[in-house]
Amino acid sequence: MTDKSFAANEIQLVIFRLGREEYGISILQVQEIKRMTDITRVPHTPDYIKGVMNLRGSVLPVIDLRKRLNLPVGEITDNTRIIIVRIEDVTVGLIVDAVSEVTAIPQNSIEPAQTFVGGIAADYISGVGKLDNRLLILLNLSAIVGTTHAETI
Amino acid sequence: MDISQYLGMFLEESREHLQTLNESLLKLEQEPDNVSVLDAIFRSAHTIKGMSATMGYNTVAELTHEMENVLDGLRKSQLTINRFVINTLFQCVDALEQMIESIATNTEKDIDIAPLVDKLAAISKGEEESPFSGPPEEKSDQENDLSISGDDLNETELKVIRSAAAQGIESYKVKVVVREGTLLKSARAYMVIRALDELGDVIKTVPSVDDLEKENFERSFEVILVTDAEKEKIIQTLDTISELEKVEIIPYRISNPSRENELLEVSPEKGKAAADESPIPVARAEEKQLPVGKQGLERKIKSGQSLRVDIDKLDTLLNLVGELVINKTRLEQIGLTHRLTDLIETIEHMDRVTTDLQAVVMKVRMVPVGQVFNRFPRMVRDLSRELNKEINFIIQGEETELDRTVIDEIGDPLVHLLRNSIDHGIEHPAERQAKGKNPVGEIRLIARHEGNNVIIEVEDDGQGMDPETIRRKAVEKGLITQAEADKIEAAEAIKLAFLPGFSTADNVTDISGRGVGLDAVKTKIESLGGNVEVETKVNEGSKFKIRLPLTLAIIQALLIKVGEEIYAIPLGSIDSTINVAPNEIKTIQNQEVILLRGQIIPIVRLASVLNVMSAAPTARQTADSSELFIVIVHMGDRKAGIIVDNLIGQQEIVIKSLGKLLAGIKVIAGATILGNGQVALILDVGSLIAR
Repeated sequence: MTDKSFAANEIQLVIFRLGREEYGISILQVQEIKRMTDITRVPHTPDYIKGVMNLRGSVLPVIDLRKRLNLPVGEITDNTRIIIVRIEDVTVGLIVDAVSEVTAIPQNSIEPAQTFVGGIAADYISGVGKLDNRLLILLNLSAIVGTTHAETI
Repeated sequence: MDISQYLGMFLEESREHLQTLNESLLKLEQEPDNVSVLDAIFRSAHTIKGMSATMGYNTVAELTHEMENVLDGLRKSQLTINRFVINTLFQCVDALEQMIESIATNTEKDIDIAPLVDKLAAISKGEEESPFSGPPEEKSDQENDLSISGDDLNETELKVIRSAAAQGIESYKVKVVVREGTLLKSARAYMVIRALDELGDVIKTVPSVDDLEKENFERSFEVILVTDAEKEKIIQTLDTISELEKVEIIPYRISNPSRENELLEVSPEKGKAAADESPIPVARAEEKQLPVGKQGLERKIKSGQSLRVDIDKLDTLLNLVGELVINKTRLEQIGLTHRLTDLIETIEHMDRVTTDLQAVVMKVRMVPVGQVFNRFPRMVRDLSRELNKEINFIIQGEETELDRTVIDEIGDPLVHLLRNSIDHGIEHPAERQAKGKNPVGEIRLIARHEGNNVIIEVEDDGQGMDPETIRRKAVEKGLITQAEADKIEAAEAIKLAFLPGFSTADNVTDISGRGVGLDAVKTKIESLGGNVEVETKVNEGSKFKIRLPLTLAIIQALLIKVGEEIYAIPLGSIDSTINVAPNEIKTIQNQEVILLRGQIIPIVRLASVLNVMSAAPTARQTADSSELFIVIVHMGDRKAGIIVDNLIGQQEIVIKSLGKLLAGIKVIAGATILGNGQVALILDVGSLIAR
C-alpha cells in the first residue's frame, strides 16, 4: 500500500507518439513492445487492420493506429514500434510512431473525454492526462480494437 | 483380441467421467432443479456404461445401468431428488471408483454391487427407504467388500495361492517385528526369509525383498508364505532367529471371503502390540481401505506407458520450436555474412537438431484414428451376439491422422453411434430376410480427409429412420407439439432425433434407447467445432456423417504466390495443377470457365478475389504472352480452377487461427507460419468455390 510506484491514486502509463501528439495506455494492458516486423495483409478486412504478424508462433492482428484514429498516413522509421496489448481476451498489435516512456500520473490529473472533443474520433478517447506541461491522450482500447462498439464501426 | 492396449484410455476417460459425476452430483445437491446438471450426470454415467461394456467390465456396466434408470426417472420428473437419492448416487460413484481403480491395478475382483443395485431399483420403483436405516448399513457393507481385495497381490501370486489351496496347501501371512535397536535389520530379514523359504515358497514380501535388503523398512515386514508346514512349525523355525520381537502368523485365503474378513478382524486385535510400534503395516492397512488415497494416486501414474499432456503445453512447445527455427534461420544468415567456419558448422548441427525436434513435436500431436477405432470390433461383436444379430463390421481409413485433441474426444460419440446402429439400425436376421436383404447386416466405420476436414462416417444398412415415427415419438415425449410436427418436412423431422431426451425405442435396453445418445453425440461434436449430418432411408439404412475441422492440425498444403503475397491451399482439396493458354478460358454467362477433360470448370481469379494490388499488371502480362497456372480444387462434388501467379511448392503447415478479431473472413480459413517466420494465409476452398 505504501509502495510509491503503485500508489492507489496513480496509474502507470505507456506513453507513445503518433505524429506530434502523445498518447497513453495503461501499462496493465500492454504485454510487450516489438520493433516493426513483417506484416501479412489480410484481404477483406477494414483498412485500419494492417494485417497479421507472427509473435513467437502465434498469429496476431495488427492495427495501424494512425489509420484507426483518422490521422494522416505516417512513415515507418527506425522508431516505429508495435505495442502488443491485450484487451479482454483479444491480443493485438498497435503500430505507433515511437514509444517514449513509462510513467505514472495521478488519477486526479485526468480530465474526462467529452470536454475535449477534437479532431479525432472522441469514442476512442477515455480522457486526457496532464503531466507537467504535456497533454497525454488516453485511449479507450476496447473501442479501438472493436471488442465493444463492434456493430457501430 | 487384446483389449489391454486400450486400458489406459479407458481408465483415463473413466476417471474423468467419475470426476464429472462427483462434481455434478455436488452441484445437483445444491440446485436440485438444474436440468443441465442432471443431463451432464446422465451423459457421464451413460458413457461409463458404454465404455465398460465395450471393455468387458460387466459389473461397472451393470451398476451404471441401474444408475441411469434412476437418473432417467429424475429427468422425467417421475422421481424427486432428495438426500437419500443423492447419497445413493454418491455411493454408486464411490463403488465405481473402487472398481475402476481395481481394474487399474490389475487386481480386478467382483465388488458386490448387489446392495447398491437393489437400492437403485427401489428408488426407481419409487420406494423410499428411511434415510436413516439405509445408507449407514450399506456403507459398512461396502467397506467390508473392499477389504476382501486384501493385499496387493498380482494375478500370478493369487493363482499360486489358489492352486496351492486346491491341493490342500495352506498360505500364511507372516508378520515379523524386529526388536528396537536391532543393528543389522536387513540381515535379520534375510534370515527370516531364508528360513521360511526352506519351509515352503515365499511368494511375496512387503516391503519388497529389494527394500528389505536396503533396510528400507522400519521394524516390521510381512511375508506371504505357501507351505504345507504347520503353523507351529513356522513359529518354531523363526524362534531360532534372534532379535525378533514378535512373529504373527495368519492363515491366508483369497477364495473364501469370510476367512478373509476374519483375517482382517483378527489382525488388529492380535497384532495390537505390533501395530502400535510398527508404522508400516498400519499404514498399509489404511491404504487398503482408502483406495483413492495416496496409493491410488501412485497407481494412476503407473497404470499407463502413455502420459497425458495438456494440449496447451504442446501448443506452447510447438510455438517455441517455431521460434527456434526462425532464430536458426537468422543465425544462418549471420554465419554466411561473417564466414566463420566454426559458427557455420555449429549452425549446421543445430539445423539438424531443430529439424528433428520440429518433426517430433508435430508428430506428437497427430494420432491415427485407428487407435480409437480398433476397440470397436469387440464391442460390435459382443453387442450383436447379445441381440442375436449378425453384423459384418467394416473399418476403413484407420490410418487417417487426427489431432490429439480431437482423437481424445471422438471415442464417446462413436460408441453412441455404433450402439445406435447395432440396436436400432440393423434388424434381426429373420426380419432382414423377409425384407429380401442379406441376413447379415453391415456397419461401416470410415474415416477420411476431405479438404480442411476429417470426415468420419458410421453407416449401416439397417431399417433406417422413419420421419413419421420420429415425429410421433417427438410429440409423445413432449419435445414438440402436434401442430409443430405437422409442419415439419421429412428432412427436418430426422433432425428431431438430435434433441435432448429423444428416443424411438419402446423399451429401454442397456444398449441404447434412452435418448441420451444422439444428443450427446451432437453436443460433443459441436464442442469440437464440427457437425453431424444424417442421411437415412427407410429400410435401406442410415449414415451419420461427422465432419471435424482440422483446426490445430498439421496439413499438407500447396504454397502459391499472387502478386507478392503467399497463400496456402490445403492439398486435400486440390485435384491437380494445370497450365493453360489464356485463350483457353471461355466465358459462359459472364462466368469464366475452362474445359478440362470434358468437364466445364468455373475459374476464380485469385488476384481480384483477394484484391491483390500488384497483381493487375501481372495478369495483363500473362494474358498476352505465357501460360496461366491454374490450381483445380474441389469441395464435395463441386470444382473450380484458381488462377495463381506462381506455384511455390508443397509443404507441411500448422494451421493457426486468426483469432476472434479477424474471425469469419470469407475466403480465408486460417493462417500458418512459414519457415522464415512470415505469416501466410490459408485459403478457404469452400467459399472460393461458392463464389
